[in-house]
Amino acid sequence: MSEAVLSMSGLHKRFGALQATHDVSLDLRAGEIHALIGPNGAGKSTLIAQIAGSLRPDAGQIHLGQRDITALGVARRARLGLGRSFQVSCLAEPLSVLRNVMIGAQALQGHSFRFWRPVSRDRSLLEPAYEALERMHLAHRADTPVAALSHGERRQVEVACALVLEPRALLLDEPMAGLGPEGSARLTELLETLKREVPILLIEHDMDAVFRLADRISVLVAGSVIAHGDSAAIRRDPRVRDAYLGD
Amino acid sequence: MTRLHPTTTPAAERPAGTNRWLDRAHLVQGGLLTLMLLAPVAAHLLGEVYYVNLASRIALVAMAAVGLNLAIGYGGMISFGHAAYFGLGGYVSGVSAYHAFDGSLVMGLPGSDDMLVIWLAAALLCGLLALVIGAISLRTSGVYFIMITLAFAQMAYYFANSWPDYGGEDGLPIYLRNSLPGLDTNHALSFFLVCFTGLVFSLALTSRLMKSRFGAALSMARLNETRLATAGISPFPIRLVAFVISAMITGLAGALYADLNGFVSPSMLSWHLSGELMVIVILGGVGRLYGPLAGAILFVLMETLLGGLTEYWKFFLGLVLLGVVLFARQGVIGWLAGRERHE
Repeated sequence: MSEAVLSMSGLHKRFGALQATHDVSLDLRAGEIHALIGPNGAGKSTLIAQIAGSLRPDAGQIHLGQRDITALGVARRARLGLGRSFQVSCLAEPLSVLRNVMIGAQALQGHSFRFWRPVSRDRSLLEPAYEALERMHLAHRADTPVAALSHGERRQVEVACALVLEPRALLLDEPMAGLGPEGSARLTELLETLKREVPILLIEHDMDAVFRLADRISVLVAGSVIAHGDSAAIRRDPRVRDAYLGD
Repeated sequence: MTRLHPTTTPAAERPAGTNRWLDRAHLVQGGLLTLMLLAPVAAHLLGEVYYVNLASRIALVAMAAVGLNLAIGYGGMISFGHAAYFGLGGYVSGVSAYHAFDGSLVMGLPGSDDMLVIWLAAALLCGLLALVIGAISLRTSGVYFIMITLAFAQMAYYFANSWPDYGGEDGLPIYLRNSLPGLDTNHALSFFLVCFTGLVFSLALTSRLMKSRFGAALSMARLNETRLATAGISPFPIRLVAFVISAMITGLAGALYADLNGFVSPSMLSWHLSGELMVIVILGGVGRLYGPLAGAILFVLMETLLGGLTEYWKFFLGLVLLGVVLFARQGVIGWLAGRERHE
């Protein structure tokens, strides 16, 4: 097995009496999709927040490559190559798709205290942004305001925003949610190609997509990882059937 | 699911350079600036010095509001304390002139009646003050930000009010208007041109700034802070720098304003002034480059014309403001020049 690109070890997070994350250790290896599933309230969102940097764990470490990123903020982690998409799309609605993606390209080129040169003609920002959009088959929508996009297109823009960061690891939070069968199938295809370049930690409710895409699956219940394995093993695991699949 | 949006055209299909300088927005903006320049020239030719000075007042209030608009409109930072910078700029003018006049020292430095020196000092001091106030205030948001900026400005107000060296609550007169090399600043039209240049400079700076990488980051900090952070840029330093630049512009306007009136008093630091600047920004159009200019013209003209008829002119100002907030969300400039398209 190849070395872990992103790894968490012994993460704990407690809100009062609620143990939202209990001793979670996961890793993400090059070339794979590692799916994280679990029923509602299992602590998936809390775990993602800790990985992305918007929430500090009470204990445990997070490494991106060799680097300990546990104490770093969201922006710093993003610049180090942790790309993410949100469960509820998080974009600047009045701005064009292109502008939403360009801001990532800008961050990658160092500080933003450049006051003079207009961004609208800056090829070093435009080119990577268009490239990321093309990979998501969205280049034709570059000049459209995000507010005019369909739900599925917004999801794709989010992934493009993450891709433009040239990420070392991708964190996708329910990218299929609300997509419909056709959109979901298309995104599944995209992710299958994408994982060869960037490993993906996939949080997803769509079980068909998870079983089709994931190389490994971890099941989170009540803040703990109760099962871990490939899709065949997870399908067979009685605890998982009991806690989550419900049949 | 892909929907079709027939209204949106990819850039490549758009006819190249569609009369960019002849559209409504540019005509209105150009018209406002031309009016702003030609009206006082006409007044000067007719010998109406009062109206030349009125135009200077509009230009300076507009410039102060351009500064505030950078914070409120472009940065989403609702500062209710920009009087602090306007007043500090004014006091830099006044205090410097005072010491230049009697040849004494201020903090070991001689006073100066050279506007260039005064502007530099005003910009630096206002920037420094905004750096401190911003670094603390920007840790809050929403109503708390509004209140904390107000609190800082009120501190400045009471400080000036109770410090007897520079007139305290009576204010400080500037007996001789500060000078500029090669220009007679006592000449009303010449002084207007200085004010007008300041206004144009602040507009050009804001425009250029908002097109740059810094502007892109600031817009994103306003529209979606989480997106900015997720893209790898921390919002706080971007906001702080914008807040400082905003304060410097307002402070420069304040320095000139004291020279226009030949007087600076704590009223330049009061929350009324912060409120008036805010009203001007909202009247004109929040986040619109020429909004503060349109707002200042409307505000000062209403104050002068209606204020001459009735002391209850603010009642009518209130009505206009109500109308703008209810019916013209992008202010007077949105109503004149049309809604703005984002890129």
